[in-house]
Amino acid sequence: MRLTRRYRFSASHRLHVEALGLEENRRLFGKCNNPYGHGHDYVLELTLAGSPDETGQVANRDKLDGFVAERVLRRLDHRNLNADVSELASIPPTTENLASAIQTMLKKDWPFAARLDRIRISETGRNIFELDS
Amino acid sequence: MFLTRRAEFSASHVCANPSLGDQQNRAIYGIAANPNGHGHNYVVEVTVEGEADPVTGMVFDLRELKQILNEEVIEPMDHRFLNREVAPFDRVVPTTENVAIEIWKRLRPRIDRGGVRLNKVRLFETADLYVDYGGEACD
Repeated sequence: MRLTRRYRFSASHRLHVEALGLEENRRLFGKCNNPYGHGHDYVLELTLAGSPDETGQVANRDKLDGFVAERVLRRLDHRNLNADVSELASIPPTTENLASAIQTMLKKDWPFAARLDRIRISETGRNIFELDS
Repeated sequence: MFLTRRAEFSASHVCANPSLGDQQNRAIYGIAANPNGHGHNYVVEVTVEGEADPVTGMVFDLRELKQILNEEVIEPMDHRFLNREVAPFDRVVPTTENVAIEIWKRLRPRIDRGGVRLNKVRLFETADLYVDYGGEACD
């Protein structure tokens, strides 16, 4: 059985690779390279796979919400992804890289019997990224 | 080919195991254990798997699927207090997981036939929480 829980966070970022020139960055990232950054309301969906335990749950809701708040939302919500998130300090904070960073944040000492099956994150309603764990 | 039909029902429930005390239930289920219950607008998505019939062009007759959903899920559960009015939730805690499993058990014998089978029940308790059940063994 799979359980999917949706979370939201808002953050700013700028897509920029320091090693490349201004023109190359502009060519690669377009307006996402604008120097002062911009923001999105991200939607994060986590899917857990496993059997319900004796309480009838794949994962305890409050424990899951608390874990995600502590590991992910506290670090990302109302932050600047380039400046405030160490995992993204040296790589462009594309949603692809953000999904991998979230996976790293969650997988360390993962406390649930169910496994993390999928991370799905939308940067806007039109850009959606999925990472199977 | 997969065919999915969606339906909604609104119901109240309490997530608490009668064999445990109030404090223990509160520790496990949080505010969902509040003793007088609370409600949700559930959305159920039922996915049927099979090949389109060469004559009718249909995997499953949608009118029949709608009727089965109505009889097995919507009529018994809509505007009901699950713990008090819908078996087996007088003894099984009506978590999203357990409600999805119960819906699967009710639908499967009425849908599976020939090359057609119930593939998945997706049950949304809220827009931010859903479970998928495909008949896998549960302890």
